[in-house]
Amino acid sequence: GQFLGGLGFVMVEKGTSLLKMMEISVAEAEKRTGKNAVNMQETYTVYLIETRPVDAASEGTNPVPDSLWRRYSEFELLRNYLLVTYPFSVVPPLPEKRAEFVWHKLSADNMDPDFVERRRVGLENFLLRVASHPDLSSDKIFYSFLTEENGWKETVFETGFQAKADSRLKALNATFRVKNPDKRFAEMKHYGDELQSVISQLLRVRARAADRLYGVYKVHGNYGRVFSEWSAIEKEMGDGLQSAGHHMDAYAASVDDILEEEEHYADQLKEYLFYADALRAVCRKHELTQYELEMAAQDLTSKKQQREELATGTIRTFSLKGMTSKLFGQETPEQREAKLKMLETQIEEGEELVKERNAECEEFVKSAWVDIERFKEQKDHDLREALISYAIMQISMCKKGIQVWNNAKECFSKM
Amino acid sequence: MSGFVVDSTVSSGNSSVAIPTDISGQILDLDEDDDLEVFSKDTTVTDGSSFNASMQTSPASMINQYKFEEDAEDTKDIFVTVDNPESHVTAIETYITYRVVTKTTRSEFDSSEFEVRRRYQDFLWLKGRLEEAHPTLIVHPLPEKFVVKGMVERFNEDFIETRRRALHRFLNKIAEHPIFSSSEDFKIFLTAASGELTSYKKQGPGFLSRMGETVKAVAAAVRGVRNRPQEFTEMQEYVEAFSQKISSLDKVTQRIVREQKEYLEELKECGPTYALWSQSEEELAEPLKDVAGCVDRCCKETEEQVKNLNDNLIPVLHEYALCTDTLKAVLRRRDNIQADFEAKTEALATKKADRDTMRDDLDKAEDRLEWANNALKSDWTRWQKDMRTDLRSAFVDTAERNVNYYEKCLAVWESFLHSQRTDAEGNGNVDFS
Repeated sequence: GQFLGGLGFVMVEKGTSLLKMMEISVAEAEKRTGKNAVNMQETYTVYLIETRPVDAASEGTNPVPDSLWRRYSEFELLRNYLLVTYPFSVVPPLPEKRAEFVWHKLSADNMDPDFVERRRVGLENFLLRVASHPDLSSDKIFYSFLTEENGWKETVFETGFQAKADSRLKALNATFRVKNPDKRFAEMKHYGDELQSVISQLLRVRARAADRLYGVYKVHGNYGRVFSEWSAIEKEMGDGLQSAGHHMDAYAASVDDILEEEEHYADQLKEYLFYADALRAVCRKHELTQYELEMAAQDLTSKKQQREELATGTIRTFSLKGMTSKLFGQETPEQREAKLKMLETQIEEGEELVKERNAECEEFVKSAWVDIERFKEQKDHDLREALISYAIMQISMCKKGIQVWNNAKECFSKM
Repeated sequence: MSGFVVDSTVSSGNSSVAIPTDISGQILDLDEDDDLEVFSKDTTVTDGSSFNASMQTSPASMINQYKFEEDAEDTKDIFVTVDNPESHVTAIETYITYRVVTKTTRSEFDSSEFEVRRRYQDFLWLKGRLEEAHPTLIVHPLPEKFVVKGMVERFNEDFIETRRRALHRFLNKIAEHPIFSSSEDFKIFLTAASGELTSYKKQGPGFLSRMGETVKAVAAAVRGVRNRPQEFTEMQEYVEAFSQKISSLDKVTQRIVREQKEYLEELKECGPTYALWSQSEEELAEPLKDVAGCVDRCCKETEEQVKNLNDNLIPVLHEYALCTDTLKAVLRRRDNIQADFEAKTEALATKKADRDTMRDDLDKAEDRLEWANNALKSDWTRWQKDMRTDLRSAFVDTAERNVNYYEKCLAVWESFLHSQRTDAEGNGNVDFS
């Protein structure tokens, strides 16, 4: 199997059939210019997706991989398709569209090479996540995204997912009250909210701290300059000062690498910030299906009540028809018969609907909860790895600091 | 480094340190307002032995100084400490006194131990006396009279402590100086009871005679020196350059402290955020709490580091920045003495009357000049040696403390890593190699 960058070995151990078959990577990024939908010139970035059959690599033949270029918007299209088609799955997020939580040195410009590079890594990560998902990995549209350069977009639209996408979006944003949501989903939704809030806070604080740390290191560069100038007017102290100055320059320069590594940690946190959204979407979907079930059940109950009233002649529920018949005289037994028959049909249909919706609900709860449990395990593992890699980064930073200051100390003692 | 500009060029308009004009030996400041009002606070140094307690202020530099002295032919036979600031309230003013303890084996002292209380004014007086008696010797600077920009509370503990340490260093520099340490004024300063000192001070050359000296000095300064020897010009150039460099270093260091403090402010929010997060998690709760703890501990170490810079490196840099003012004044005074000699030489050449008195004056002036030049030359060598020692040990000390800081933080994160590894191996989870 392959070592999937930040994803580690775990994913391949539980490998999907797709991953057993092919290696996937986003190898490069390139700038293109072209005409857009409204016939205006635009510059955009394309990413090279490479796929390579697993067997070939192990056989040692190492043929040229299959590859195709895709833009960020195509990745978005793929994801939207997956969201609609697998509403019970926690769909892996894409890397951020625009750079957020940046500290001052980092560019917020989408064309910035560092941003593009981090995005390339993020897109590769996304593909690998999807490829290792038990349900998503076997999707045909996903497969053709990886393998068919031309006509893929049309294929996606042919699935008719757009219509579903619009209604899904509407439903997700609607407000409605569910009487009996599954407690676990309610808790999960609450957890998703908390996760989003706390990771956002952490990213903000971290970015500000990175800014300050940058300042601390860079100011030390001034020591380098002044020591060098000072050494020019000294005799015995000159050498010690001069060499100490070099170490101060090295110290000042070291912060660039340190913060670049930390950015990788920030990206790992961001992934789960966006995952929180996907998690919440699944919980919302549950609420929706539950709500629709409740609505159908409510409707059925009211219809049954109407039938009872009609049969027994007692009016317990207000209905305009009832009132009008009171005003304009009682209905004839034939009319009543007709009404009863209609209600019976409606009730039959209603019962079917409730059965259907109930099954849907149960099915959804089952599948969704399986994926949520899978996601929980993945999240615990990945974030723990992230914390550990953060500690390793801090350790590396401390070791560099120790080295530089020990060197400086030696130079100072020769002053 | 795009967009990041550090302005550390010396420009008086934007100086973060207001260095007061040098109190040269020409005019003694008779301002009563030198000492400051304080809140009544007994800030006794913790250790019972005052001698040891003040040694803790900058052990490395102190130790190095003693080493230096041991290498010299004389072994140190006088030890002076300044501690125990106390505030005094009278009807007209409130001021602080410091306890000055002297331990010595020198025969000119009546006893081997003395303890007196002195206020800032007294230190100022001593400095003035030494400068008057030895115009071309280099007296170590005193801490500034007034409060430096950036203080929130005018007379808080930190300020008093910083001043105390500086006064301690001042007296020790005097005690180590081959000529100053045998000054009668110094002896009186160390030994006389407060009343005795006051009356002794009044005995000094009167105000008018001091004014007379000043007028002469101003006249000489106006005239200017004609043939300054090359070595003194070189000295002056060095002092100019050195002054700029040391002032830059002072500024850079203060900037570092500011940046560190701001970094600390942000870092202080990280730990609590991790802790907050841990409350929503189950499996992750432990590691998140641990990370929160690690970040908090690193915060404490960073705080310590900032304090170190403030307490150790900055005062030393600051003192040497003040030194340059002293050096400039010393060179000026030497120039004046030479100018005076040159004026008298000229006068002898042109005037016909009073030639005998004038020749006498000229001889005295020549002697004074020779003495001044020699004194300055040897004291210059001594000063340079001292400067090198002090700055070297200050920077070595700083580097050491930084190493220490990183070592402590390293240990914090390594223990976290260790606990995670043992956890993981215990649970049979993923391997981390």
